[in-house]
Amino acid sequence: MSALEGRSGPRWMPYILSAPGLALFVAIVLVPLAMTILLSFHDWGQYKGIETVFILKNWREIWSDGYFHEVFLRTFRVAFAVTLLTAALGAPEAYILSRMKSPWKGIFLLVVIGPLLISVVARTLGWALLFGGSGGVVNKALLNLGVISSPIPFMFTETGMIVALVHVMMPFMVLSVWAALQRLDPQIENAALSLGASQVTVLRRIVLPQIMPGILSGAIIVFALAASAFATPSIIGGRRLKVASTLAYDEFLNTLNWPLGAAVAVLLLIALVLIIVGSNRIVERRYAEVFR
Amino acid sequence: MSRNGPLALVFHTLFVIFMLAPIVVVCAVAFTPEGYLSLPANGPSLRWFRTIARYPEFINAFWTSIWLGAISSLIALAFSVPAALAIARYDFTGRDAFTALLMSPLMIPHVVLGIAFLRFFTQIGIGGTFLGLVLSHIVVVLPFALRLTLASATGMDPRIEQAAVSLGASEWTVLKRVTLPLILPGVASGWALSFIQSFDEVTMTVFIAAPGTETLPVRMFLYIQDNIDPLVTSVSASVIAATVVALVILDRIYGLERLLVGRGVGER
Repeated sequence: MSALEGRSGPRWMPYILSAPGLALFVAIVLVPLAMTILLSFHDWGQYKGIETVFILKNWREIWSDGYFHEVFLRTFRVAFAVTLLTAALGAPEAYILSRMKSPWKGIFLLVVIGPLLISVVARTLGWALLFGGSGGVVNKALLNLGVISSPIPFMFTETGMIVALVHVMMPFMVLSVWAALQRLDPQIENAALSLGASQVTVLRRIVLPQIMPGILSGAIIVFALAASAFATPSIIGGRRLKVASTLAYDEFLNTLNWPLGAAVAVLLLIALVLIIVGSNRIVERRYAEVFR
Repeated sequence: MSRNGPLALVFHTLFVIFMLAPIVVVCAVAFTPEGYLSLPANGPSLRWFRTIARYPEFINAFWTSIWLGAISSLIALAFSVPAALAIARYDFTGRDAFTALLMSPLMIPHVVLGIAFLRFFTQIGIGGTFLGLVLSHIVVVLPFALRLTLASATGMDPRIEQAAVSLGASEWTVLKRVTLPLILPGVASGWALSFIQSFDEVTMTVFIAAPGTETLPVRMFLYIQDNIDPLVTSVSASVIAATVVALVILDRIYGLERLLVGRGVGER
């Protein structure tokens, strides 16, 4: 960073300035997280409650019980589908937005990324109303348009979960691609066009390679958020169709088996950190020259 | 500049319908005069908005959310401003690790944070209290507060401060009269963004809120889990309306794009 040669002041100054934040985060982030990891190794029984021993019971249960495999598999399957769909729809939309003229550009950008700040519960309620509620508006519309011949079940299914999550996550993808598009020089596109390249060639050979880092970093954000989403899968999935986060919630607040719930949550955290760090590495290595 | 073709405009229209449909349907159903979920076919009615007043659980939850958002965002800023100044100005050992630590709540799933806080607060005896809610919300909004404060602290010309120092101003005077006024727009937007994040947070809060300290989204979530009726749509419509107003104001003052595209979102 360049501002560093600015005002120097005493050498201990930065430590004094960062001390409050550091102390706060060690006390109320690192300590609780460590306690949660410890909790996942404790024992629990219907009548004895939590027993502070160090055993692998919960981890062994997750490892061997097919139910947990199913839930984790569903979590990542849904997150993967949501990531693909947001990329396939969000990237073209960001590109279209960037080519709009002044008042419309701002208005539609607000329409597309504004929902990010609207309560997730309210937005999911909207999908629940569209899917089920008064006769299923979405199915009626699709049937009338002749897109489908029989109604698709959305409520309490993975399909419904995916559609609602695509809506919830879309602004993150559009924002990420939008940021990449801002660095794009329109002159390069014009040069390609003037040299006789078709619109399709320009998109494929000029635009896409340059916004790819934006799509990939958007994909990482969307995947991480979709895999750990809670309110949307809970409302659309109902009591039966569980994902990792709703399963952890159930263990904590209904079954009251905190150690098992903690193990589910810690596993989700570890899996996500590995996936995020791993894909970040790949993206950065592949596109090192773009990030420089 | 090239224009969008007809195909692109069709795609764009469908996309906008997709983004607006769930929000519009909530607002439409909220105006139903009937006792069940339906579109107000025979003219809109405010019946269900008036009904909210008879449900103190929603009113109380609303005030809890307002106070929680205001207080935790303010405290988060009190921690972010010095941290941002340290990160933007000085090259010190552990600077990157410190930044990563303060940004970490963006990467940790909120379910995990909720569980960690539930366990921690129960152990230290503040489970289900407003204090617990404030502490947990400081943590989740701090990355947003820090990002905007940091952006304005890095964007500031260090020579202005050097000029003040060379004219004999003390460290404290420089901070109070030069630095803080210059980063104030970033700090104010940081507060607003933090407030909205706190006001919308549900995943983590659902673990730590107790019946007396439920926030509005938590109350709405728990209500929807039992049944969906016009009452909860009118509550949601009110929340949506308030957010849209805040959004438009923020967009005018600071620019929504700048607020959200800033670094951090892409860094996660």
